[in-house]
Amino acid sequence: MTVRRQPLFRRTAGYALQAINLVGLLLLVLIFALPFVWMISTSLKTLPETMIFPPEWIPRNPVWQNYAEAWGTGPFLHYFTNSIIVAGGILVLQLATIIPAAYAFARYKFAGSGFLFGIVMVTLMIPAQLIFLPVYLELSSWKLLNTHLGLILPFASSAFGIFLLRQAFMQVAEELIEAARLDHASEWKVIIHIMVPLVKPVLVTFMLFSFIAHWNDYFWPLVMTTNETARTLPIGIAKIREVEGVATWNTLMAGNLILVTPILIVFFFSQRQIIRAFVYNGVK
Amino acid sequence: MTAWEKLRPYGMVAPAIIIFSLFFIYPIFYMIYLSMFDWNFVSPTKSFVGLQNFRDLLTDADFRKVLSNTTVYTVLTVTLTTVISLVLALWLNRKGLFYGFVQGAIFSPHIISLVSISLLWSWLMDPEYGLMNGVIGLFGFGKLAWLSHPSTSLISLVIVAVWKGVGYNTLVFIAGLQSIPADIYEAAALDRSKPWTTFSKLILPMLSPTIFFLVIINMLGSFQVFETIAIMTQGGPINSTNTLVYYIYENGFRFFKIGYASAAGVILLVIVGLLTLIYFRLLSKRVHYR
Repeated sequence: MTVRRQPLFRRTAGYALQAINLVGLLLLVLIFALPFVWMISTSLKTLPETMIFPPEWIPRNPVWQNYAEAWGTGPFLHYFTNSIIVAGGILVLQLATIIPAAYAFARYKFAGSGFLFGIVMVTLMIPAQLIFLPVYLELSSWKLLNTHLGLILPFASSAFGIFLLRQAFMQVAEELIEAARLDHASEWKVIIHIMVPLVKPVLVTFMLFSFIAHWNDYFWPLVMTTNETARTLPIGIAKIREVEGVATWNTLMAGNLILVTPILIVFFFSQRQIIRAFVYNGVK
Repeated sequence: MTAWEKLRPYGMVAPAIIIFSLFFIYPIFYMIYLSMFDWNFVSPTKSFVGLQNFRDLLTDADFRKVLSNTTVYTVLTVTLTTVISLVLALWLNRKGLFYGFVQGAIFSPHIISLVSISLLWSWLMDPEYGLMNGVIGLFGFGKLAWLSHPSTSLISLVIVAVWKGVGYNTLVFIAGLQSIPADIYEAAALDRSKPWTTFSKLILPMLSPTIFFLVIINMLGSFQVFETIAIMTQGGPINSTNTLVYYIYENGFRFFKIGYASAAGVILLVIVGLLTLIYFRLLSKRVHYR
């Protein structure tokens, strides 16, 4: 740093650094994008083509048939509907339970609220994966295994959601609520017509978070279901692998794309929102 | 205040609290209770064995292997993810369309289902035709068996976890870096502080709450790894990738050793509980510097 360099040298060095930086960035993108490209490429190959090494990136005659084949390995329409019902059902129930709870925790003083909020915090800290065995036995004794309800109920509320929304509700100015109350608005009206619209960004954030998490979930449907009735898309996709003795990577990757595409499309269109949902709210 | 107004808040929190009690709080106690019994799920009677399940677990060589696998996996995953993400964050913390694009690209695995990622990487790590062997071949390495050899299987899973987690961690670090006030950098520049000094004396301490948050979150996540193992290795070869949640799953659902699996669950609960406690203890002491 102390040595004075010639301006020309400095300029060249600057360009060189910029070039290195750019190459580095492209390499970085490659590391994270290449596997997905490889997946798409494989999903369009014939089985013998998957075994050519070094691989050909662009299949000569794309085999769209692989997708139909993957879809045909199981009742995929059924899996798909189940996924929508489960992820959607969880989302709806979560909204119905977290909005009033978050409002009460944010706006009312009541005896025992500290203790009850403590329960929320414990739930926030204890990962659901940890207690799957007792929950399984519980659902089993209620005859709820292999049902949509059994997959939905354990997640019908969300501690994370309550926590997030409570923070948002607390930031709404008291005057707004007082004004509405003077107009004799009921508490429900206050919540639905004033509070909810004001915290819409937080709510959308939470909805994205919840839907993606439960759409992707493999663990609970795997543990809580033993037959096809309530099984979801991730289970169906993972099963393609078990069906065949030989790994038919082309079919498997086609199936995999069926699972990934909806999320990737959502991500493509709401990248900023999703990143904010996952990153910033996790930290704060 | 009418009676209705007094009761209203309880009514509003009730649905959520009932769900939590039924599916989180009660199961925790039920699991602790079950851990003291010998029960195979089918038989109508449970026989009380006290702490025998725990004694059996701790003397079981398989379980010790599981614990050490979980620890090795966690330590490697957390360390690599944190270090790589911090470096990437310092590099990518810039404005501009292209940087935004790169940030989005490295983040994308975070929202993809672990099933997809596991299947994709099983294919990438295929010993014969997988892309990974092609890539390391470019650097003159011979073919690796990746998931199918006990010496490389665990590290292969670590690679997948780091690949999936780095993007999220990087963006959290970037969020942390952006919350550092600009005047601090300016002051450092005015003092002609060397880049390394600025980093170690200013940035690192200011980032410590973020680092701490990420390390704990990643540790909690790593201790519960399941999907990649269930799909990519099933705990094998020769138990080299069996970890806590998978072990509990196996014992509960394959061998129907409910009490034994519950005892392992209680051990996991204790570990997770301790980590959380450490997190809150240190958080309450404020790792913050403002």
